[in-house]
Amino acid sequence: MKIMTCPVNGPRNISEFQWLGPVHDASEATDENLITRLFHAPNPMGVLREWWRHTPSSTVFIAERNLITDEILRTYLQRPDADKPQMNP
Amino acid sequence: MPMELLKYGLRRGHRPYGDIPATPDLRKRYDVVIIGGGGHGLAAAYYLSHYHGISDIAVLEKGYLAGGNTARNTTTIRSNYLTLPSIEFYREGLSLFENMSQELGFNVMFSQRGQLTLAHSDAAMRSFRLRAEMGKHAGIRAEVVDARTVQTLCPHVNMDFGGQHEVLGGLWHADGGTARHDAVAWGYAKRAAEKGVEIHQRTEVTGFGITGSRVTELHTNRGTIVAGQVLQAAGGMNGRIGEMAGIRLPIRNFPLQAMVTQPLKPFMDILLSSSNLHTYLVQSSRGEIVIGGGTDPYQLISTRSSLPQKEALATGALQLMPFLHNVKILRQWAGITDITPDFSPIMGASPLQNYWLDAGWGTWGFKATAVAGKRMAETIATGRVPDLLTPFALARFERFELLNEMGATAAGH
Repeated sequence: MKIMTCPVNGPRNISEFQWLGPVHDASEATDENLITRLFHAPNPMGVLREWWRHTPSSTVFIAERNLITDEILRTYLQRPDADKPQMNP
Repeated sequence: MPMELLKYGLRRGHRPYGDIPATPDLRKRYDVVIIGGGGHGLAAAYYLSHYHGISDIAVLEKGYLAGGNTARNTTTIRSNYLTLPSIEFYREGLSLFENMSQELGFNVMFSQRGQLTLAHSDAAMRSFRLRAEMGKHAGIRAEVVDARTVQTLCPHVNMDFGGQHEVLGGLWHADGGTARHDAVAWGYAKRAAEKGVEIHQRTEVTGFGITGSRVTELHTNRGTIVAGQVLQAAGGMNGRIGEMAGIRLPIRNFPLQAMVTQPLKPFMDILLSSSNLHTYLVQSSRGEIVIGGGTDPYQLISTRSSLPQKEALATGALQLMPFLHNVKILRQWAGITDITPDFSPIMGASPLQNYWLDAGWGTWGFKATAVAGKRMAETIATGRVPDLLTPFALARFERFELLNEMGATAAGH
């Protein structure tokens, strides 16, 4: 079973987590960048920073995950410079 | 007599028969280069060579013929979408399957048995009413049916009266069907090759030479070629190929997983789907129960399967048909889908003049194999995007003219 480490609750089964989509910088939310921000989500052949939620404890945090290998490199609580997670990724 | 077979095989001039020719040497120039040797690319090659007199075509396939999402989809053919442009497009797509075996002289095992999508909630019933009315408006057969009709159409389904997933009714789409995916690709490949289309397997595009607003060269692992026109139909790799050509596509990759059981006696003569459970079941002509569902819950560019997703498929299948609990799973797999923000494909022009897109097919591409191939061939041959395809332009995202098919696609296939 795949394990993800919640920054608060430690290693847990991946089924306890909800994916909330890529992390966007607040600077992306401008009129000029609107199309990109809405429709061109990052899809790198490498590491993606993304929002996750540990559902039972409702802990929202950031994970860095490799989109090719599905390896979760690290998980940590929100940094102040990131905007809020998308609820409908 | 005993040596007759050996003599036949070894006789002078005997040429072994094969539907698809071996990969020839790559030439320096082609009128049309198609990136992707899956169903869509091969269909486009077929329609170009048979209907538009263009047969100086190279189909470039990174892996083996039709080994990507053409081989991995679960073969649902239907047209009960939500928006008018989608219904009209898929309606034509479905109709092309009706005489495909005759047209190609190749048995694609099209079985127009009807598709039943179950509703386990009032919200699902409401969305079905909208889709049924849109379908009737566009001239397809789609209707909302009650629970009793569900039982008549599919006596095996667990109605779960009073339970958590009680079947309240369904969306009956009598036009829906299924066909053998491999045969569709092979049929198109065979007939295209007969006209001189070259199919280059294990030929990977590694980059483009672009001059001004035209693609002048394609770099491959087998050398560089010059192309008059280029069609991109690369399935799960569409985002990546577009990036190489300098075209930013609104595509994200998600795996889509499926599995099949051991063969059983024929008992299910419809396609059964549940929008709430994100599961669908179809019995193949071999008797296997094909079980499919929604994509993985998070982005991934991988064809690896995962246990949680297979468990979800099994859970949905057992909710609908509990008697399958002792049936063995024979095979399971995953494909990489190229999902667009509105769950509709991207077809037509690109920012490059001689570069055409047939992308963003996500989880819904197989049913459009014929119509996308036919209409993209028309686009390339005439240099004009047909009216049927214009709503699917890449530029729709800049104009906020999205074709939202999430509800009609994500769970329904």
